[in-house]
Parts: sequence; structure tokens; C-alpha cells
Amino acid sequence: MLDTIFIITAAIILISALLTITAHNVVHALLYLVVTMLAISLVFFILGASFAAALQIIVYAGAIMVLFIFVTMMLHQGEKSLAKERHLFHFSTSITALLLSSILFCELIFILFLAPADTSTSMVTAQFSPFITVKQIGKQLYGPYSLLVVISALMLLSALITAIHISKSPATIKIKTKGGNL
Amino acid sequence: MIPISWILFLSLSLFTIGIFGVLARRNLLFILISLELMLNAVVIVFIAASRYHSASMANSDGQIMYLLVLTLAASEIAVGLSLVIHMYRQHHHLDIDKLNKLRD
Repeated sequence: MLDTIFIITAAIILISALLTITAHNVVHALLYLVVTMLAISLVFFILGASFAAALQIIVYAGAIMVLFIFVTMMLHQGEKSLAKERHLFHFSTSITALLLSSILFCELIFILFLAPADTSTSMVTAQFSPFITVKQIGKQLYGPYSLLVVISALMLLSALITAIHISKSPATIKIKTKGGNL
Repeated sequence: MIPISWILFLSLSLFTIGIFGVLARRNLLFILISLELMLNAVVIVFIAASRYHSASMANSDGQIMYLLVLTLAASEIAVGLSLVIHMYRQHHHLDIDKLNKLRD
């Protein structure tokens, strides 16, 4: 039962990821990306990580997708940008990339199936560990991993400052330097 | 239960699709979307590894790494999209092949 659900979910993930990459319209690509994220969160549910699944829906399918959609709303020009995109990406321009990535894929599958037999069988037969609650994650996060919280806070702060600085229009920066505000 | 090789296969395929997107697309927005797909492929392996860890004790290290990757993805997207907006303001297109001059 669980196997069937996993196979269907994996098929949805791969198909919608392929459609995301090959779409010409940015809005269609973003919709397929939302489908991919929701299917990945279903995989997390199957694996028993319910907290990660909820975060996947809230942060990826919610916040990050909203960022993408806002930028697309600012930049998309309808049929004009569609024609530009069809000129930028079609099948003949991507043959080399297809070849290289298929070689990489074959190598990865080769490694996966040539792994030492004892490790793979022991991993398959291993019992699932008990479910992890949010309380356990919180205890771990603010106990031994508290440095990680500080590092991610610093990372978010630096990303915020960088985004504000880059997206500030050059005119306002010039006015400020003339006025001696900087 | 699900064999871990299936999950590894899913993750490797998703990662390869992301690599193909980064290599083949020339629009900066699509490259950022492909990076998101690759980060998700890595995250699946983290979650699966913490799930298959051991029978006796629960291990939440994979989910904590997932939190870190989530933060990383959010900050990367914030910086990347502000670069997209800046590039569109300067060049009026998003073709990265035209970005061959560091100085203007």
C-alpha cells in the first residue's frame, strides 16, 4: 500500500519537475513547481517526518513561491517575453546539456546499484525508527544545535541586507551620496 | 516498507533534472527554479537518512539539517531574485549569455 503511494508520488515529482524545467511560460513553470513541492511534502509524510512536511508546504509552496510570483508579476510581459523565451530555449540548444546530464544520471545509477551488497540489504531490512515529534526536534535544536540557529539567523540577516542593497534603485543611492547621508 | 534505494533513485533523478535545467536554460529565473529543485533533491536524502537511522532510538538530525537547508534556500532566493530585478532594470532581459562584461 505504502509502496504504491510512494511510486505514484515519485512519478508525480519527476514528471512535474521535467515540466517545470521545460516550460516556456514562467507562470506555468511556477505552478508545476508548486505541484512538485506538494508531492515532496507527501514523500516526507510517508517517511514519517510530519514537521518537515508541514514546513515544506508552508515555506516552499507558500513563502518562496510568493516571492517568485511577485517577481514574475513585475517582469512578465505576456506574449513578448514568451517569444523571447522560445528563442532562448528550444530543443536544439539543449542537446549538449541533455547529453551531459544523462551521462551524470547513468553514473549515479551505476553507483547506486553497484553499492556493496551487505550495506544495502542491512539498510533495507532495518526497522523504521520511532516517529520524531516536534518537541524532540525543538530540544535538539536549542540544545546541542544552538550554534546552527545562530548561524541561520546570521544568514537570514545578511540575505536581507543584501537584497535591500541590491534592489535599491541606483537613483536613490546617488541622491543619498550627494546629500552626504551615506 | 519502502527500500531506501527507491528514495535514492528519486533523489538522484530530481538532482539530474535540476542539473539539466541549470545547464540548458538561459533565463536567470529558470536557473533559480532549477536550483530549488536540486536543493529539494538533497533534502529528501537527509530526511530519508534520519528515518532509516536505527531501530532503537529516534534521530532528528536529518530534520534539523532540513531546517538549515530551508533557511539557506530562502536567503538564496531572496538574494537571487533581487539580482534578477537589478539585471532586468539594467538590461531589460534575463539572458545570462549577454552578461559577459563585469564592468559596464
